[in-house]
Amino acid sequence: MRAVITVIGKDTVGILARVSALCADNDVNILDVTQSVLQDMFAMVTLVDVAAVDDDFAAFAEQMKVLGEKEGLVIHVMHEEIFNSMHRI
Amino acid sequence: MLNVSDILETIKMIQQENLDIRTITMGISLLDCADGDIDRSCAKVYEKICRKAKNLVTVGEAIERKYGIPIINKRISVTPIGLIAGSSGGDVIKYAKALDKAATEMGVNFLGGYSALVQKGMTAGEKALIDSIPQALAETERVCSSVNIGSSKAGINLDAVKLMGQIVKKTAELTADSDCIGCAKLVVFCNAPDDNPFMAGAFHGVGEGDCVINVGVSGPGVVRAAVEKAGDCTISEIADIIKKTAFKITRMGQLVAVEASERLGVPFGIVDLSLAPTPAVGDSVAYILEEMGLEVCGGHGTTATLAILNDAVKKGGVMASSRVGGLSGAFIPVTEDAGMIKAARCGALSLEKLEAMTAVCSVGLDMIVLPGDTTAEIIAAIIADEAAIGMVNFKTTAVRVIPAVGKSIGEELTFGGLLGGGPVMKVNYASPNRFINRGGQIPAPLHSLKN
Repeated sequence: MRAVITVIGKDTVGILARVSALCADNDVNILDVTQSVLQDMFAMVTLVDVAAVDDDFAAFAEQMKVLGEKEGLVIHVMHEEIFNSMHRI
Repeated sequence: MLNVSDILETIKMIQQENLDIRTITMGISLLDCADGDIDRSCAKVYEKICRKAKNLVTVGEAIERKYGIPIINKRISVTPIGLIAGSSGGDVIKYAKALDKAATEMGVNFLGGYSALVQKGMTAGEKALIDSIPQALAETERVCSSVNIGSSKAGINLDAVKLMGQIVKKTAELTADSDCIGCAKLVVFCNAPDDNPFMAGAFHGVGEGDCVINVGVSGPGVVRAAVEKAGDCTISEIADIIKKTAFKITRMGQLVAVEASERLGVPFGIVDLSLAPTPAVGDSVAYILEEMGLEVCGGHGTTATLAILNDAVKKGGVMASSRVGGLSGAFIPVTEDAGMIKAARCGALSLEKLEAMTAVCSVGLDMIVLPGDTTAEIIAAIIADEAAIGMVNFKTTAVRVIPAVGKSIGEELTFGGLLGGGPVMKVNYASPNRFINRGGQIPAPLHSLKN
């Protein structure tokens, strides 16, 4: 299964590194990344394969959330299917 | 890859605008539990509910974790107990106790189906059930009750209407110590749907299968935010925006319903296309109407804006789900909606306006606190008026009113949680006694000459 990680917050050095490191620690493969910096606001959307954490998806999402809180960012992990069903006919 | 703004929109809906799945309700048929002996019958009822629903709460929680969408309630609806009570006889309260025990055991907060369908007449079992409602609601915590007293095909059973006026009153008296909460668990219907997942009116209709999963979505906050973002545009554009938003909300309901049905190995019944408010700020249907351009909900223009909202929600939702049903539409429960409570407190929202609103939206006079001295006949007449609107317009209407024992205008009831609380509303005391006491059957309406 695939999930979408969104990271929003003030741009600082190493955001991408920390998010991808946590993914690697959990054996989560990054499939696609788009990011943009508007003035000093950073927004990143990452598509990942979460097959490895299938049973513990909620725990992985929680780890990301905690990382976000530590770094002063809002990090959100959600199942890809939600976006597909909501925005595609 | 997905569009970034779509992704951000969805996350905003869930995190800031209170988008959630309001309920996953498992409908369970108890027709095969009827037994000549009431104790055996109750044991079978308890056993079947526990067997069918044993994974309901864990599966609901697992889906919540998988998708990151809050699923507020997991509930159960069962075959109207009036039908089962007919075969067993005996003290019907035993069924209420068995249902309450099963609901507690399964970890669901409400179980609906302590119900009777008496639109054209009453069997001995149904009469016994209705008579037991006040005691059942006072002595159980999670059981919800409903009675269907009319339909567009059968007309309105005025004898049952009169009886329900007394039952509502008595239920309030028996639960007077806990803010008359019994009445919040009792709904009187006209044209009750068989597949409604929402409490307190949920029951598993006789035309349904053995077991189904019905899902009710919610999201008044999302619709309000979308209307607010639109700014000054025409009402046609507003209707279109609501349609698109309802589509997205319902898609989420469909996703969860299909997943729940697969995981539980139970057929998917319907998605209820609903806008169900909660007392939380920003989760109000009244605020959508105000965002559409009213100073306060309840003023002139309320019925028209509500009609637009209700219609657009259905149009968007129908496209988004493979099977729809239940009560589908906007709900207007006064004590459960922050905007309605505010409007009722300042006197802008009256019982008469609410009645007009029910002609164009889902359900009916819902969660309205009446003065404690409202007579059983007046409550019966409120039920008759509301049922007449449903009968003539071929729609579901319902009455869930709470006569606040010992309280009058200016005082309030507080239930807490999703049921909220609100002020006692003004009632017209002119006597309907002679009409209500006539009894008999109000004939079903003509299907032609529609004017």
